[in-house]
Amino acid sequence: MKKNNSKASFSTVKKVLKYLNKYRFLFALSLILAVIIVAATLYIPILVGQAIDLAIGKGLVDFDGIYQILIKIGVIAAVTALLQWVMNVINNRMTFGIVRRLRRDAFKKIQELPLSYIDSHPVGDTVSRVIGDVDQFSDGLLMGFSQLFTGVLTIVGTLAFMLSINVTITVVVVVVTPLSLFVAAFIAKRTHSLFKKQSETRAEQTSLIDEMIGEHKTVAAFSHEDEAIERFDEINERLQKCSLKAVFYSSLTNPCTRFVNNLVYAGVALVGALICVSSSGAALTVGALTSLLNYANQYTKPFNEISGVITELQNALACAARVFELIDAEPEIPESADAHDLALEEVDGRVNIEGVEFSYTPDRELIKGLDLSIENGQRVAIVGPTGCGKTTVINLLMRFYDVNAGKIEVSGHDIRDITRESLRRSYGMVLQETWLKNGTIRENIAMGKPDATDEEIIAAAKSAHAHSFIRQMPNGYDTVIGEDGGALSQGQKQLLCITRVMLCLPPMLILDEATSSIDTRTEMKIQDAFATMMRGRTSFIVAHRLSTIKEADIILVMKDGRIIEKGDHETLLKSGGFYSELWNSQFDR
Amino acid sequence: MKPIWTFLKKYKLECFLAPLFKLLEACFDLLVPIVVKSIMDVGIKNRDTSYIVYGCLILVALGIIGLTCAIVAQYFAARAAVGTSTGLRRALFAHLQTLSYTESDKLGRSSMITRMTSDINQVQSGVNLTLRLFLRSPIIVFGSLIMACVITPVSGPTFAIIIGILAIIVFTIILTGIPLYKRVQSRLDRVTGKTRETLTGARVIRAFNKQDDEIVEFSEANNAHTDIQNFTGKISALMNPLTYVTVNIGIIMIVYFSSAEINVGGMSQGDLFALYNYMSQILVELVKLANTIFTITKALACGNRIQAVLDIPSGMPISNETAGEVDSALAVEFKNVSMTYHGAGAPSLENLDLSVKSGSTVGIIGGTGSGKTTLVNMIPRFYDATEGEVRVFGRNVCEYELDTLREQVAIVPQKAVLFKGTIRSNLLWGKGDATDEELWAALAVAQADGFVKEKEGGLDAPVEQFGRNFSGGQRQRLTIARAIVRRAPIIILDDSASALDFATEARLRHALKSLDYDPTVFIISQRTSSIAHADSIVVLDSGEAVGIGTHEGLLESCPVYREIYDSQFKGGEAR
Repeated sequence: MKKNNSKASFSTVKKVLKYLNKYRFLFALSLILAVIIVAATLYIPILVGQAIDLAIGKGLVDFDGIYQILIKIGVIAAVTALLQWVMNVINNRMTFGIVRRLRRDAFKKIQELPLSYIDSHPVGDTVSRVIGDVDQFSDGLLMGFSQLFTGVLTIVGTLAFMLSINVTITVVVVVVTPLSLFVAAFIAKRTHSLFKKQSETRAEQTSLIDEMIGEHKTVAAFSHEDEAIERFDEINERLQKCSLKAVFYSSLTNPCTRFVNNLVYAGVALVGALICVSSSGAALTVGALTSLLNYANQYTKPFNEISGVITELQNALACAARVFELIDAEPEIPESADAHDLALEEVDGRVNIEGVEFSYTPDRELIKGLDLSIENGQRVAIVGPTGCGKTTVINLLMRFYDVNAGKIEVSGHDIRDITRESLRRSYGMVLQETWLKNGTIRENIAMGKPDATDEEIIAAAKSAHAHSFIRQMPNGYDTVIGEDGGALSQGQKQLLCITRVMLCLPPMLILDEATSSIDTRTEMKIQDAFATMMRGRTSFIVAHRLSTIKEADIILVMKDGRIIEKGDHETLLKSGGFYSELWNSQFDR
Repeated sequence: MKPIWTFLKKYKLECFLAPLFKLLEACFDLLVPIVVKSIMDVGIKNRDTSYIVYGCLILVALGIIGLTCAIVAQYFAARAAVGTSTGLRRALFAHLQTLSYTESDKLGRSSMITRMTSDINQVQSGVNLTLRLFLRSPIIVFGSLIMACVITPVSGPTFAIIIGILAIIVFTIILTGIPLYKRVQSRLDRVTGKTRETLTGARVIRAFNKQDDEIVEFSEANNAHTDIQNFTGKISALMNPLTYVTVNIGIIMIVYFSSAEINVGGMSQGDLFALYNYMSQILVELVKLANTIFTITKALACGNRIQAVLDIPSGMPISNETAGEVDSALAVEFKNVSMTYHGAGAPSLENLDLSVKSGSTVGIIGGTGSGKTTLVNMIPRFYDATEGEVRVFGRNVCEYELDTLREQVAIVPQKAVLFKGTIRSNLLWGKGDATDEELWAALAVAQADGFVKEKEGGLDAPVEQFGRNFSGGQRQRLTIARAIVRRAPIIILDDSASALDFATEARLRHALKSLDYDPTVFIISQRTSSIAHADSIVVLDSGEAVGIGTHEGLLESCPVYREIYDSQFKGGEAR
């Protein structure tokens, strides 16, 4: 298991490196800059120490020497600062550039994924991969770039500089170091489990809040407020207890490491001062002691940072793995090599379904041996209770899903031999779930025909009875509607979706409960428009309304995902099956 | 409602002790360079070994005292912060429960949840950080200045100037950063929106072959986000280099004038060491301070948002006792009722007069937005009439105690929502002490007994949050059962059979008719077939009752009703 894990994260690292490859020169430059910056930063305390040694006491000050050192400090500090800025900007550029490419690749992949993937993964989950996970990954990457390498360098550099000044003191520091690591690790371990408990309790509380506040209306309708508060109080009390512990213990890290740092500091001061005193002043000067104390003060800081960065990096890798899962997901079956474009003129409205078998999951067979021959201009109605899988047929016609066996032909061509684009172009589709994009009303209507003139757009809107409400919008056809239709009512959204199809009117139509959210009176008016639209066009209609279905040439009756009856209204009614039960129940009083 | 500061007041002692101990810790920290200075100036100079050892022991002691102070301070700060947020969370939750529908609508679901969760967490860390750092950092910064002046007064101006410059740099960069980060966030929101959109619209996008356009649009949003990220990064990347240069200039200045001072005997080497140390400390603390202020402003904003919610007066005026005459013959009466939603331009219901006899069935039909749900929501007083009055069993709804009124009514809302628990726990919402027989009977009426029996565990089958593990139709039938369990004199079905097929719906209707008591039933539907059997039917059209009567009567007298009926039974050609 563990081995698998490390293998998986290794392959993730390899993928990340591939993205980094484009920036290999910047990356190398960033590393070189880090080395220079760390060295320069560590060199300044030494210079200050040397300056202090040149000012021993009254009348014993070497001004020339000090001025020279001060100029050196000034130049080094200025150059280091500049390089620091350049390095930060480079690190930002690499990180944000990688993030941009990751997001773009993920988004591109979404466009190529089979519908089965999109249907079976919650939208929120995929969005959180593209947004949240990539963000976390970028935070980790940036920290890795900016802190991990410099942190390690600082530790190594500090030790080297210390060694160059005095070996004994360096030994003192190295001996005390594990104590600091031990304390930090101890606290981290304690707090990790406390934080886990806190976040579990928080999650429990949030889901209660989600229900009781989110569905407050139902709570109020059943006067359930007191019970809700009671349950909330119980969780809240537990949360208080474990939060207090988590917050308190985690806030100990800083004082404790500061304390260890103080011990190191006292140790360096003691040994350093004693060395100064014992040897005749040659082995260690006050200035050199100053430099050492300065190092001791900052020595443990990178340790804390590094342990933080490592957790962050692990986290980032886990997030990256989730993102790559999306990016590397299996795309749609590619177009067959000899797939050709079916020109719109070639589409004659014939649809032939032969021996089609289909199921979403292998263990649940849905459609078996479906044969259907549809002539140009015929109407096919699909009926059945909600949730019975009426959309399955549409999924197959539009090739959102591929059949498992058999074939579907449009105008004599197997739909797998023509490009998806040309197949989908020959259908006009209005779905029950109205989807509009964030943009102007005009853009939404002209989706299928981006070069449509204003006149065409208005004519289409008029025939879908959408013109009057569009005109009343603040900016008419240029009104921007927000994500998912924004302030429009469900019915208005549906009218816009109908307008969208009215504008391009392909030779075949698919109407999936197209008028379910439109009030009956408007719907009656649209029915006329639909009737005109359907004249001479092969159409597939999913509907509740039995009056629409009655006139269909072929009726497919579905139940539990299967097609159980097939025929025209009269035949089906006579056969006394499920259709006749459905039909009669509406007169049942 | 009381201001949120009162929640902190409960922790007065903690709020006093935490900063106090932090202050002590800071003072001990400030003493360290002075001790080292004397080790240098006295111990090393006089080669006094015992003085050196003694000095270092003082350093260790200072460390121990500092650690103790810090632990005590952290503990009190954590207690005050967690305690405040716990109390606040409880008060807010209880307060949200008392809000009326109108106020919940105004707030909106997601903002209520954000107030309850992330906003309160922000307040918690704000309180915690304030108590811990708000005093410490300024004390170290100004303490360093004072200590420097004590060592040699001439260093005062240098320290003051450097502190000033550092403060300007740190605060300018952080303050310019805040609006920039907001812009980064809002551009990221666009990227998020686009991703969500392309997923929810996958079918339409493919039907119109718009995949490439989607990628282009996404890339635009994505690039815009990256650009502003890089720009913001360039500015915040200035912080470290600029402060670094400034501190080093400070060090250069100190060494420069100190060397002159040492030359004339006004200062010792150890003094210079101490000044150098104080100068190095300032920067770290200023950055901490700036970050603290940033967190505090965020927490304050969250606190204000919470305060605003707490300040919403709870619900509508509610009568404390149920008074007045009861008329059991007339279940519901609307007297010239109009209702306008908050912020809406036009009334959703206008001048409605309606009286409903006990035990009768009322059908309500009309297009979307015609006011059907508004009408029934006024019966259990989810909303108050803006004009006119609603009476239930002869008594004005405003004269009822709210719980008593709502016990009279069992409503099945349009949106079928269940709660985490079991089927049983959900049904018991209707009636807390219902027996299993009662539950099964209700399930049978709701046509739900079949699938509940098949479920593993039956009544004890688990229900996930919002009832996600049930299909729409099953959820709908369970919410109907939940209402039936109540045995309320008034039952309201708000388009509750929309996910049921005609046959199941018909069976449900029959079962409702044959209940062993005689409730008044309101049925909202879009289908004429669902309400044709009702004793009276109300036809609504944009908030107005355009017809009240029986199916046959309305077919003759009400053109709107006829249109609806025709559209559903005869098809479009029969206009």
